[in-house]
Amino acid sequence: MSTSSLSKGCFVFKPSPKKRKKALGLESYFIRVCEGAESSQLRFKLCQDLWDKIKTETEVLQDELNRTVLDSLLEFIRKCSSTRQHDAWASQMRASEIPTAALMLGVNVPDHDMTFQSLSELLRQSVTPLVASIQAKECGALKQLMKKVLEGLMDTEVDDDSDDDEEEEEGREQSQLRRSMHCSLATLCDWYMSKTKKPCGGTLGKKRSSSVINERQPPVVIIFKDLEAFNPRVLQDFILICSRYIQRLPLAFIFGIATSPSTIQRVLPHSVSSLLCIELFQSLSCTRHLTTVFDKLILTPSFPFKLNGRVMQVLMSVFLYHDFSVRNFIKGLQLALLEHFASQPLSVLCCGKEEALRNGARLGPGDLERVRQLPSFGRYVEKQEAQEQDELMIDDNYLKDLCQKLIKDLHKYHKCYYPILRCLHTLTSSLPRYPLGKQIRELHLICLERNVWETEDYQSAMKLLKMMAKDELILLLQRCAEILQTVKMKNDLVRLEELLSRFKQLDAAAETVPNVEENLISPAKNLQKKTDLFQLQKTLLEMNESRRSKKLTPFQALRNEALELIDSLVKSYLSPPESKPLYEACYYSSSAAVRRHLNATPRTSIQAALSSPHLYLQNDSLKTEDGTVSNAAPDICIAYKLHLEGGRLINLCDWLEAYATVVSAAEGNDPNSDSFGKVDEVKHAHFIRAVSELEFLGFIKTTRQKTDHVARLTWGGC
Amino acid sequence: MSVLEVKFVGDGDVLEHIVDKHEAGVQRSAESVQRMVRFRSLAGPQGCRQDAEHHPDENGALNEQTYIQALGTENNEDDEDNPSRMAGSSIFTFQKVHRGNKMAQTASELAQTPGKKVSFSVSADVEPATPTRTGRNHKSEKRTPQRQSKKVQFVSTTPHRLRKRLTAPSLRSDSDSELSPSDSEKEEEEEEEEKEEEWLKEEQKGKKDDKENLRNSQTPNKKLSAALYKTPAKKSKTSAEPLNKPTMTEEYFEAHGSSKVLTSDRTLERLHTPKLDRETLARLLEGKSSCYLKEIQQLQSKHRKHFNKWMMQLQLGFSVLVYGLGSKKALLEDFRESHLSEEIHLVVNGFFPSITLKSVLNALTSEVLELEGSFRTPSDQVQLISQTLKDRPDLHVYMLIHNIDGPMLRGEKTQSALGQLASLPNLHLVASIDHINAPLVWDQFKQSQFNWLWWECVTFQHYTEETSYENSLLVQQSGALALSSLTHVLRSLTPNARGIFKLLVKFQLENKDNHSYSGLSFQDFYQRCREAFLVNSDLTLRTQLTEFKDHKLIRTRKGADGVECLVVAVDTTTLTDFLEKEEDG
Repeated sequence: MSTSSLSKGCFVFKPSPKKRKKALGLESYFIRVCEGAESSQLRFKLCQDLWDKIKTETEVLQDELNRTVLDSLLEFIRKCSSTRQHDAWASQMRASEIPTAALMLGVNVPDHDMTFQSLSELLRQSVTPLVASIQAKECGALKQLMKKVLEGLMDTEVDDDSDDDEEEEEGREQSQLRRSMHCSLATLCDWYMSKTKKPCGGTLGKKRSSSVINERQPPVVIIFKDLEAFNPRVLQDFILICSRYIQRLPLAFIFGIATSPSTIQRVLPHSVSSLLCIELFQSLSCTRHLTTVFDKLILTPSFPFKLNGRVMQVLMSVFLYHDFSVRNFIKGLQLALLEHFASQPLSVLCCGKEEALRNGARLGPGDLERVRQLPSFGRYVEKQEAQEQDELMIDDNYLKDLCQKLIKDLHKYHKCYYPILRCLHTLTSSLPRYPLGKQIRELHLICLERNVWETEDYQSAMKLLKMMAKDELILLLQRCAEILQTVKMKNDLVRLEELLSRFKQLDAAAETVPNVEENLISPAKNLQKKTDLFQLQKTLLEMNESRRSKKLTPFQALRNEALELIDSLVKSYLSPPESKPLYEACYYSSSAAVRRHLNATPRTSIQAALSSPHLYLQNDSLKTEDGTVSNAAPDICIAYKLHLEGGRLINLCDWLEAYATVVSAAEGNDPNSDSFGKVDEVKHAHFIRAVSELEFLGFIKTTRQKTDHVARLTWGGC
Repeated sequence: MSVLEVKFVGDGDVLEHIVDKHEAGVQRSAESVQRMVRFRSLAGPQGCRQDAEHHPDENGALNEQTYIQALGTENNEDDEDNPSRMAGSSIFTFQKVHRGNKMAQTASELAQTPGKKVSFSVSADVEPATPTRTGRNHKSEKRTPQRQSKKVQFVSTTPHRLRKRLTAPSLRSDSDSELSPSDSEKEEEEEEEEKEEEWLKEEQKGKKDDKENLRNSQTPNKKLSAALYKTPAKKSKTSAEPLNKPTMTEEYFEAHGSSKVLTSDRTLERLHTPKLDRETLARLLEGKSSCYLKEIQQLQSKHRKHFNKWMMQLQLGFSVLVYGLGSKKALLEDFRESHLSEEIHLVVNGFFPSITLKSVLNALTSEVLELEGSFRTPSDQVQLISQTLKDRPDLHVYMLIHNIDGPMLRGEKTQSALGQLASLPNLHLVASIDHINAPLVWDQFKQSQFNWLWWECVTFQHYTEETSYENSLLVQQSGALALSSLTHVLRSLTPNARGIFKLLVKFQLENKDNHSYSGLSFQDFYQRCREAFLVNSDLTLRTQLTEFKDHKLIRTRKGADGVECLVVAVDTTTLTDFLEKEEDG
């Protein structure tokens, strides 16, 4: 069956069930895609395991992060329903107001859905089954809004009752009735009354009635997912209507707000907003969310899969510049994971230490050959003795043994890298002007790319640290010690703690010995005399000299020692991963692939293809030295190139003539002959096709401003 | 003179607004300072010359640079098969104002560069502006008098421009690469000299210089080889750009400020080439097989290698989106036949002019899922589909949408419905886009629903099917279809109704030469119909007209005086044919 038709745009293909074989699973596609097929199954398993782990971790993380705000929201809803039941004077006062929670979510719109989903689930589980969430785009008018709300509330009921067959049928009938019925809050009210009264009648089983008594009057929660997008009129009317029913129906609203709380004032006039009792809830900012994800997924040795600096940078900038979406960040991570395991046969070593050692022992000759090809391994080999080099290149078993050692080294490197990174971050993150970045991910990026101790920023950070006051420094060092305590880095920890104790001794000593800074006072006194500029300069210089040459105080000496320790730690542990042999097994490095798939630029691609077709079509006749389009290029490229010279309007006649000139030159016609540049039918036809293709691509459109003209829709070009 | 100040706000500043100020800011600024130094030293003498004047703009460009760097565009070590990685700035720069003869010039330029030949742009800036050169130009014009006289018929409207157009190819024969675009510009300048004041000329020269700088420095970039990005040549290119910016922005507003557009008044009729109808067009295009067939095949087979990867990604819940120049229909068909033949799948032609969301959803519900029932709104239907698919998790449905950016699918509602479908775990979506602004149909939310993975598939195949529905300006409308539908509809009507319609048609044909004719007003029409004994009350006429309207035979239009006017929405030639046929029959 063909998929082109003049009367139909939609074609369904259903293979007969007999013919339909068992559909190929994910695994078989992965294996087909894989490079180096022998280990593909193992790699698929590893990849799958890692992805599952990442997924669950992020979900847990998400829940944890949202917990505080969601808990307070739940508490709020609970409270508002309970106060209504007590006939306290205060609640009477508030009785006419609808309790409303304004939930500030931030601009990372794609992530909101997850938050709302978990919110409504939590509400259903613990507070009330009556939750309806509505989106602005479904509710263009009040009627639709009302319908959505009623559907949302009553459908949940149908689902709730589905444990009982009879009930279900009844519920279905009901809901169908509703659907045909007039949608209004009065109907909802009646339904609610009957619903809440029913358990009192005792028609239901024990299990149910016991739970219902607690929530005899469960609140009706309506979630407005995107408040900004709602039509203000509709919203206002809805709130006005709701406030009429608030006595009979325990309503509560939740507004999802992406921008700022002032939106409420903008959307709702005072007369309406005074009917609401609004409480503000702030959800976690997306950057902090990302930081936590970073902490848990990336800055940890427990995930063997790593990204190199460039890939990380691409993902980070997609996040910061484009969407602020943690979900998309995870998606990028997933893509990188997939690509890594599919394209790198040595990724069998990308797993936990024990497993990696086991897999390393099972490396086949092909894999060992691949190991030899690795650039990082090559660098390692070069450093060895000549005899050793030969052996590594020839003896498979020897190489295998070495691999074991290298794998161990790599794991050790990761184990030490992250704690030291955190230490360095603790020390530098509070420095003025943040020479090494405010966030740990910035520091991580620097460390991934080069030797951090060689950068200027690091030097200046160290200089700043050398000027730090005692209390602050001790505090920071203590925190570093805490970080080191959590991992097993005994030696370094001991050294650091020793230093700390000496700092403390210094404290005690300082109290007994009075200060030695008297010699400083005398030159200062000299300054008070009247003096000329030259003299002043001289004295100042002298003072400076004397200060420099002055003997260090014990604290200063100790401080320098401490910083030297830190420096040595950084130098020994924070070298970039490229320096470690076999790092390719764990690090994914193709930033271009990630960027191309996640952050593509279709227009750039189209225009590149149009203006330089030789980049895609491997034909020598298309290449020109200066980069312009050769006249042998496809029609559409020539037409495009010519149209770039046009202004807002393009005269088709001129365009056609120009096109004909180019094409006749390409055909090798004699430029002096009469027919040169003449428009014949074939050229005309080709031109028409090229123009309509350009129109299809959106570069031009037909216009009636002038006869035989087209309007150009882009500005600029080349 | 009041000056409107337009300030360039760099991405860095914007970022600072959005994110915590110090989170990214400090480091970046340090970086950019460093780069500025390097940039200065690399900028050629031209760059230095005007450095001082345009200093503020550099920051803008540098910010752009950091942005591009931050996105990692500059690292192309593994980009070997993706040449489209040029900086956005090279595509979205402003360009000079349109000059009447520019297109002809480029044409002759292009005509002159077969394969590998010297480029014009190189010669353009070394030639000094000397009077002898223009003299020579004039001489060469004189040398080809017969050419000019041959086409003298056109000259009446735009003599000067045409002269240039005609000289360009002829010049080529005797003078070589010395003919450069700037030469003719100079000529123009000299002509304008008399009229314009001195300062204006100066300014124009400056502009031209700028342009030459740009042209000159852009040449290496045009190769676009991604690796070039890091080389000094590229740097000097970016240095040239800010220099051009102020004038280019001015030019933008110059060109778009006035509603008047200067183009030549020539029309296609003067070419004496007959308009082609669709059949001849198809025949003519058939004749010459496409060039670069082999290369296009190579491209196709290169893309075909990724099919397995697509399948894997679809299984994982991603949607595959292919973009790039050339029709991707054949590619996706290929994919469909090779990988989806054993799966339930649905093909949607987004370029089809009367595709609707409803037809897509109906195909899904009634044909794929075999569900009965009518739906009041598309969202109900989407909900039912998602519910059914959730209940049957081992049922996998593949959706293939050619041109998801097609004119009928562009709407917000359609896209959000498709997005909802795409977010279902067992509905897998493969789609293609072609329009240059296609990504604008999705906001962040929809993008995350679709969960796209983008694949660049440049095929260079012709958009034969996609454009076949289009009414091109250049193609003669045969009107065969309209005529037959007209007769068919009319045949089913009562004689009186036919009479009414014919009356309107006749009136319209009588007025076909009257350009201010806006239609027949209802009252007039009623009068005429009464006179012809076709109707007896205006109610009958209205009922009749409603029927015509429903069949899209007539249209109402508000006239100049606010009166409703009736027009037959078929072109004149078809109407004449129709009347003839009616009279015969």
